[in-house]
Amino acid sequence: MRVAAVVKRIAKQFKRDRRSLALMMIAPLFVLTLVWLVLDGDDYEPKMGYSEMPQPVIELLDEETQHLEQYKKEEAIDLMKDGELDAFISIEGMTPTTLLEGSEPSVNSAVMRVIQESLKSLKTNTQIEEPTINYLYGSGDMNLFDRVGPVLIGFFVFFFVFILGGISFLRERTQGTLAKLLSTPIKRWELVTGYVAGFGLFTIIQSVVIVAFSIYVLDMYMVGNFVELLVVTILLAITALSLATLLSSFAKNEFQIMQFIPIVIIPQVFFAGIFNLETLDRWIQILSQFMPLTYGAEALQQMMIKGAHIYDVWFEIMILFGFALVFFILNIRVLKKHRSL
Amino acid sequence: MSFINVKHVSHAFGKEKVLEDINLTIEEGKIFGLLGPSGAGKTTLVNMMVGILSPDQGEITIDSTKVPSFDLMNITGYMAQSDALYQELSAKENLEFMGSIYGLKKSELKERIQHVMKTVNLLPHLDKPVEQYSGGMKRRLSLAAALLHQPKLLILDEPTVGIDPVLRKEIWEEFRELQQQGITIIVTTHVMDEADKCDELGLLRDGQLMAKGSPGELKEQHHASSIEEVFLTVGGVES
Repeated sequence: MRVAAVVKRIAKQFKRDRRSLALMMIAPLFVLTLVWLVLDGDDYEPKMGYSEMPQPVIELLDEETQHLEQYKKEEAIDLMKDGELDAFISIEGMTPTTLLEGSEPSVNSAVMRVIQESLKSLKTNTQIEEPTINYLYGSGDMNLFDRVGPVLIGFFVFFFVFILGGISFLRERTQGTLAKLLSTPIKRWELVTGYVAGFGLFTIIQSVVIVAFSIYVLDMYMVGNFVELLVVTILLAITALSLATLLSSFAKNEFQIMQFIPIVIIPQVFFAGIFNLETLDRWIQILSQFMPLTYGAEALQQMMIKGAHIYDVWFEIMILFGFALVFFILNIRVLKKHRSL
Repeated sequence: MSFINVKHVSHAFGKEKVLEDINLTIEEGKIFGLLGPSGAGKTTLVNMMVGILSPDQGEITIDSTKVPSFDLMNITGYMAQSDALYQELSAKENLEFMGSIYGLKKSELKERIQHVMKTVNLLPHLDKPVEQYSGGMKRRLSLAAALLHQPKLLILDEPTVGIDPVLRKEIWEEFRELQQQGITIIVTTHVMDEADKCDELGLLRDGQLMAKGSPGELKEQHHASSIEEVFLTVGGVES
């Protein structure tokens, strides 16, 4: 069986090319870890100064800040200029007034949160109980990393398979083995299927490694089913692979494969779910519907955060499958350029 | 009916005309040399015979079958100008791969690999990764790959580039031997002294077939003492 021969050959090449194997397996873990280090930090505790604040407020502020001291306003401003202070709170007239350093939005919101909490103590008369908060999905401990994690998993699977698949199919052409293969009785679909299956084997391993690492080592929020998650990542990988081999026929060399990254990959990162698209322009939302990663990321998020099953995200799965199928057929068509048969 | 018929074949890459109205017949069991400088259109023409390039105009039939055809691909051994080998894999793995594409059975494949590797003098290097091969060794391995499935027709694009004279002689002896088994061989070359070893020659220049015939006939017709001179004469340069 010729398909099996192609699969076997790709597996052997991978076995020899340890570095590419590492790029596929280890590099995503490394980058995921970096993202985790950046996003999984604790809430920021601001450095604040105050003057003439009531004692209960000061006590509450003290709990929530890493530094709290009484300053004159001028002193505080100087400290802010030196980057030593994030905010200064005082009472002017009857209203509490805050001066923010203001250059870092995340710090600003941290300060606001702290101040609002503390000022509550002034209104002790109002006897409304704090509301109890329950979560339909997720939990109070969920942070940014947990939310974008599923998208990142999808993205890294997509990215690394795209690069490797694209380059290795390109090499097939530039080193002349494609022409040689097409001079044999191999059918075009057999060649493409062999490629998808051969790489598919490794994308399964890659998916297991990335997903397991994210969940068990980086402790990404996950209430879905591990195996069902793999179905999505593998489907996503195969989409990436078939897209990469397709695009590689429009590249003359490895460098030109790299040129597809800003065009094909980067927009998908931005518009496929890392950021909330609902606030963006309509045309971006429409554009994102043409991106495979949108559906992969959506399905992964539904599964990991909301505990959805395959049948809950069947729409996304079907679309991904559709993408893969279309790319697959186009691959077979493009090979016609080399051999009409 | 000749074994290979090239009828009115023309081809252009974009605006650049590569072949112009080529007509050519090749008899079965002959060694046919396609001679010409680089850029003459030799590779384009043989790629069309192999079936990996469709001519803009005209058609090629081999053994009464129109190219391309899977039946023809089964009986054709093709050696491209580039070595077309998987660098990471050993010679054996490369051949095993090609063999399984041609559907050779395991035992047969093993025996064929031994045979072709012996033919090209590479048997001691069977398990070496191709990336450790020299240029000449890669060339020979490509030839071995083309011989693997015992083709009836061998199409070889510059098979002896980078191969030392001793081995080149041996390879030509192997061609003769293959010919005795009834195999038709088409060889492109720009080395004039190789041309003398062919049964028949086609002189290709600027996409046109300038002359065709056995080396002896060509020399006689053009009152030349060597093929090189023939080339100069038909090219319009008096020597």
